[in-house]
Amino acid sequence: MSDLDIRPAGDRALLLVPAEAGTVAAVVAELRRRPVAGVRDTLPAARTVLVTLEPGARPELVEARLREAVEAAAARRGELADEADPWEIPVRYDGADLTETASLLDMSEDELIARHTGAVWRCAFVGFAPGFGYLESPRAGLSVARRDRSRTAVPAGSVALAGGYSAVYPRSTPGGWRIIGTTRMRMWDPDRREPAVVRPGTRVRFVRAEDG
Amino acid sequence: MLRVVAPGLLSTIQDLGRPGWFHAGVGVSGAADRRSFTLANRLVGNPESAAAIECALGGLRLEFPAGAIAAVTGASAPISVDGRPEAPASVLYLTGPSYLELGIAASGLRCYVAVRGGIDVPAVLGSRSRDTLAGLGPEPLAAGDALGIGRPPREWPSVEVAPVAAPTADLVTVRVRLGPRDDWFRRPADLFIGSWQAGTDSDRVGLRLDRIDGPPLTRRTHGELPTEGMPLGAIQVPPSGQPVVFLADHPITGGYPVVGTVIDADVDRLAQVRPGQRLRFRAWMP
Repeated sequence: MSDLDIRPAGDRALLLVPAEAGTVAAVVAELRRRPVAGVRDTLPAARTVLVTLEPGARPELVEARLREAVEAAAARRGELADEADPWEIPVRYDGADLTETASLLDMSEDELIARHTGAVWRCAFVGFAPGFGYLESPRAGLSVARRDRSRTAVPAGSVALAGGYSAVYPRSTPGGWRIIGTTRMRMWDPDRREPAVVRPGTRVRFVRAEDG
Repeated sequence: MLRVVAPGLLSTIQDLGRPGWFHAGVGVSGAADRRSFTLANRLVGNPESAAAIECALGGLRLEFPAGAIAAVTGASAPISVDGRPEAPASVLYLTGPSYLELGIAASGLRCYVAVRGGIDVPAVLGSRSRDTLAGLGPEPLAAGDALGIGRPPREWPSVEVAPVAAPTADLVTVRVRLGPRDDWFRRPADLFIGSWQAGTDSDRVGLRLDRIDGPPLTRRTHGELPTEGMPLGAIQVPPSGQPVVFLADHPITGGYPVVGTVIDADVDRLAQVRPGQRLRFRAWMP
């Protein structure tokens, strides 16, 4: 029996709260592999999954099916490990906050870059803006707080760190993350079949490049 | 084809939004008051999801050089065709070159103008909705814009007028199911005591509320909530205690606890609440 708290989020959505945050990815993978009738969309976040329902779906029925799916996911833990090769994102490490961020982390710029490029990052969830993926890599050891002040415009392609995550700004938006570099890779393009490069579960590796 | 002579305060193209794109970080968006929107389409014989114009407060003036069949629903803006007053939620036959004009609404906030055939603009991720937060879909209308009209559907309007009441200017009551984070508050049911007022900075993203009377919402838990998904109608409470109720273009994730969520059927009424108008929450249980 998996420990799962299901909370109402109005009459057309449910918030799934697994007891272990680490199971969120497995739950989402399971729901994608075997769609649950009555579910319109799923939205994983740091420790929860929001599930929206189709019009007319009965929440208590969907809830029962979700519990089954989550148990199945719990049984399948560990199989999730390595799917495809990670995406390679070329980065020019020229960000305005690179020096400050390295000193906050008590390391040299080169060490920061080595850690950023040396780890595989995995998208935990998306949000904030279309295509904005929260990439995590506990092993990288690059957990740093947000800037005290948010910038009114962070250019598209900015590679940044904050709150234990790394992200690439898909388009110019305000933002308070610490910018360490730039990529020319187009993270978001609504004309592509899959407009976002980074989706929950996507793994990426940052590669140092002179021209980003 | 139609031409925008004056866009009013804010006019956008909307349909029923783009469900199914959470994995790309994209919310649903779409018409804020879906009931008025689908009614406008039904009146002109369109499929319910055909793209139409959503206009905040009124002041929209459109030119139809070759005529059209149109309908206006939602907020109670005075409607005229070539200066002649027309009824709301009725089928408007614009035979030959005409001007359709909306005055300023006396009650309600959002008007919908549907044109038989639908507004024909390119779809983004399967929808013609303008998501004002994400910046997706067609730009808000500007004076001089020319918009295509789609091929007329096979169906014909089945009624001439729909007897719907205009949105109220008085106190609005909407039903709320507590949660998902009501346990973060000392007395979550205080939400249902007294009334609230919509702030002037309310928009398609959400209604910002101030307390008129009743106790403030105070937190029991003071930690940070890890980012989580936000449903339509979520009543998110930042540390200031002034809630935001999420409407069509709301961010899909957020970091403040949601004390309760307005039920789906009442979100349309919420979308017609004007800045300064008062509202009240009532408990809802399945």
